[in-house]
Amino acid sequence: MSTADLEPQVSALRAMTLIVGRELRLSFRRPEQVLQPLVFFLIVTTLFPLGLSLQLSLLRDMAPGVLWVAALLSSLLSLDALFKGDADDGTLDQLALSGQSLTAIVLAKTASHWLVSGAALVLVSPLVGIALGIPWGVFPTMLGSLALGTLCLSWLGAIGAGLTVGLKRGNVLVSLVVLPLAMPLLIFGAGATDRAAAGISPAGALYLLGSLCVFTCTLAPFAVAAALRITLEG
Amino acid sequence: MDSAPQGLTIEKIHVWRGDRHVLRGVSLILQPGELMQVTGPNGTGKTTLLRVACGLLRPEQGSVAWCGRPIAGVRPQFHSALAYAAHEPALKGDLTALENLRYLVGLKRPVRTAELEAALERTGVAPCAQLPVRVLSAGQRRRVALARVLAMRSPLWMLDEPFTNLDSAGSALVTDLLREHVSAAGMALVVAHHDIALSARLRRLELQ
Repeated sequence: MSTADLEPQVSALRAMTLIVGRELRLSFRRPEQVLQPLVFFLIVTTLFPLGLSLQLSLLRDMAPGVLWVAALLSSLLSLDALFKGDADDGTLDQLALSGQSLTAIVLAKTASHWLVSGAALVLVSPLVGIALGIPWGVFPTMLGSLALGTLCLSWLGAIGAGLTVGLKRGNVLVSLVVLPLAMPLLIFGAGATDRAAAGISPAGALYLLGSLCVFTCTLAPFAVAAALRITLEG
Repeated sequence: MDSAPQGLTIEKIHVWRGDRHVLRGVSLILQPGELMQVTGPNGTGKTTLLRVACGLLRPEQGSVAWCGRPIAGVRPQFHSALAYAAHEPALKGDLTALENLRYLVGLKRPVRTAELEAALERTGVAPCAQLPVRVLSAGQRRRVALARVLAMRSPLWMLDEPFTNLDSAGSALVTDLLREHVSAAGMALVVAHHDIALSARLRRLELQ
């Protein structure tokens, strides 16, 4: 058994596929964890029209903001659990000692989190769009902006979750860390939908969302890995 | 020219946990074919020593080297050669025993289901392979965690209290596994209060 130059035998891509598979399987074994933020999103957006007056025009004016605030809050609901379970049962140590880069592990975990939270939210958003009276023509902009925005949110949330995973009650802190950073997403996301509804081109706001998305997707994995390393050493 | 140094070298590490000076200048050398048992009263830093040795915790002073090189520089190689079993079994309750093994062992090396089943068979939990881990007893979980260490086929084992929750047959099994491992030129750093019935090759490090 030669020990000096034992190279990792599993490629990063193969490792990431394994982790995505594991995360998805875990999510489907506990469907209530996936459904809870979605149900929250649907309930909040359905309660708004009931609480407001019956004017469709007023509802239409407010719809993008309502949609985005609800999406933001429901994304936050599931985020603090991103690394918590693994940290509590010791799996995070095993992942950190797997010989794979922590950045690749974080990338796979956050991507699978987005698949079951953000992407699922994008899929149910047309229902909400119909309920809030958003015109059909605005749907592509709404879906696109939500897809970009929730992906950014998953990454921002992962940074918060990584920093607070060692704390007993980290979830409030995650919201405090993430919400200020999420403001540009809310402004440009709701702005894009608003502009499309007003018949103006939403391209500018969407481009800005896209660039924020590229920024977080490329740099956040390193930040999250660093945050987790601090937690593990603490 | 000398051949590259083998094994794990820990030199004069100091670790503070808050105000407590837990490890005060601990050194050890672990060579292929050796087992080092770490003993000592509760709270003397046995688990901390293990976490420093595997690179999860950075010591304030001193160094940990793998094959003569500081572990910070050879992290992927070092961790590929390491199977670590902490005090908690690190298993997901919602996954079956087999799935738990497949995902964590699969990150270390490409592994076939038959090999994982063989490891579970060896540790005596083959009938639980398809059961979700949450229905297993503490002893069975410990055995599944041992099967994971076995299936990783790593030259260096670090086990934290591997005898916990095991019946006498289980304890004998751990001793057998350790004996086979060091006979095959493996290395093991084990935290245990339990006496390990291994005559040669066993060294003890007592923490005060």
